[in-house]
Amino acid sequence: MTSPRARAIAMGASAGALEALSAVLPGLPGDFPTPIFVVVHLPAHHESLMAQLLRDACRLPVREAEDKEPIEPGTIYLAPPDYHLLIEPDLRLSLSGEEPVLFSRPSIDVMFETAAEAYGPGLVGVVLTGANSDGARGLRAIRDAGGIGLVQRPDTALASAMPRAALASCPDAASLTLEEIAQYLRGLVASR
Amino acid sequence: MADAVEDVEFRLLLEAVFRRYHYDFRGYSMASLKRRLRQARERMGCATFSQLQDRILHDRTAFPELFSFLTVQVSELFRDPAYFLAIREKVVPYLRTYPSLKVWVAGCSAGEEVYSLAILFREEGLEDRTMIYGTDINPEALGRAEAGVYELDRIPLFTENHRRSGGKSSLSDYYTAAYGGAVFDKSLRRRAVFSDHSLAADQVFAEVQLVSCRNVLIYFDQPLQDRAIGLFKDSLSLKGFLGLGSRESLRFSRHAGAFEEFDRAERLYRKRGDA
Repeated sequence: MTSPRARAIAMGASAGALEALSAVLPGLPGDFPTPIFVVVHLPAHHESLMAQLLRDACRLPVREAEDKEPIEPGTIYLAPPDYHLLIEPDLRLSLSGEEPVLFSRPSIDVMFETAAEAYGPGLVGVVLTGANSDGARGLRAIRDAGGIGLVQRPDTALASAMPRAALASCPDAASLTLEEIAQYLRGLVASR
Repeated sequence: MADAVEDVEFRLLLEAVFRRYHYDFRGYSMASLKRRLRQARERMGCATFSQLQDRILHDRTAFPELFSFLTVQVSELFRDPAYFLAIREKVVPYLRTYPSLKVWVAGCSAGEEVYSLAILFREEGLEDRTMIYGTDINPEALGRAEAGVYELDRIPLFTENHRRSGGKSSLSDYYTAAYGGAVFDKSLRRRAVFSDHSLAADQVFAEVQLVSCRNVLIYFDQPLQDRAIGLFKDSLSLKGFLGLGSRESLRFSRHAGAFEEFDRAERLYRKRGDA
């Protein structure tokens, strides 16, 4: 299952996100080789504490995405509240204020679909806990482009709807505990 | 990876739009533009971008529908109140020193920001010496800006935004409710001009002391962003102000050196005196 070709990680989480991300991201080593894009559903018009909390916990740099920022390896990029995060084909980040998708802005699907276009088989998509179905369509796009799909095992998720929806659209995605997901990601370092 | 054939078709479609209708979207951010055009393709019942291209080349009446997908129209009165508070408290004291003022709201959509600034400038006693130019490429949005009518259900948000922006009056002083809409006072438009202007194709049209262009540049790629920021630089008077959207910056622009950060959090910049 380990992909030696992984060039980027795309991750989405909703209800219970902080707990899940805190179980996966802080364990990653400082020489982690790829960028990690993270979309979390947060209420609009609220400054995100998420970046600060993760920054304190992670060895990798954690940044809220800026528009047209060139993507750097070994960096965790968070979608800012109230903007969609998209990955451009020239490997820059871009933001958009377009309509919410499935009532969400940022939308996991939008980030996943554009990342799938930019990275094709080099992308690992990760759907974590959440109480809606965002990410299901996007993970399908990642799989269709030849990328890898990982989903938090629904019975271990604080909210199981989002992992369930992702597994329904991608029955061949791996269903893993948070520790197994962390382990998988750490394995990407060793495989270099 | 992205479907190579679709990518060719996508670029040809943008070329067709440019040659036939003279709207230049070739320098827009590809990821979001492609998403919107896929929605248009589906909504307009076309299987491919080539079919869509055929349709708009030969049927002029199909273009307005496509156009509505090409541009993003999202705004509010006093959106990001802290930005307007910073203009009020930090920029206005400088603007007061000018005998006459020009303000350019670039990409004004349906005019929300023009009305916000018109109200703010009235509250600050600068209205009579100020002209506000609102420009956009979307004729339908400009028409709505000219009319100054917004849905009534947006008014509670606008009112709260205005209050948080340091508003010195009641927003209800500026509109009357009629036919399910809030009609903004015509007198606010006395010092405002709405006109068609493309940041991708047109030139500088006035010397201004403040440019506000928020959540417009995010839809442009880096070269087009640089073109637009170059226009702002050239139209600003020395020490003039530039306000961007809350997640936009000059960090990656080749014109960054012509500006200094004025209020980092609110993305307000000031043109250098030697730029």
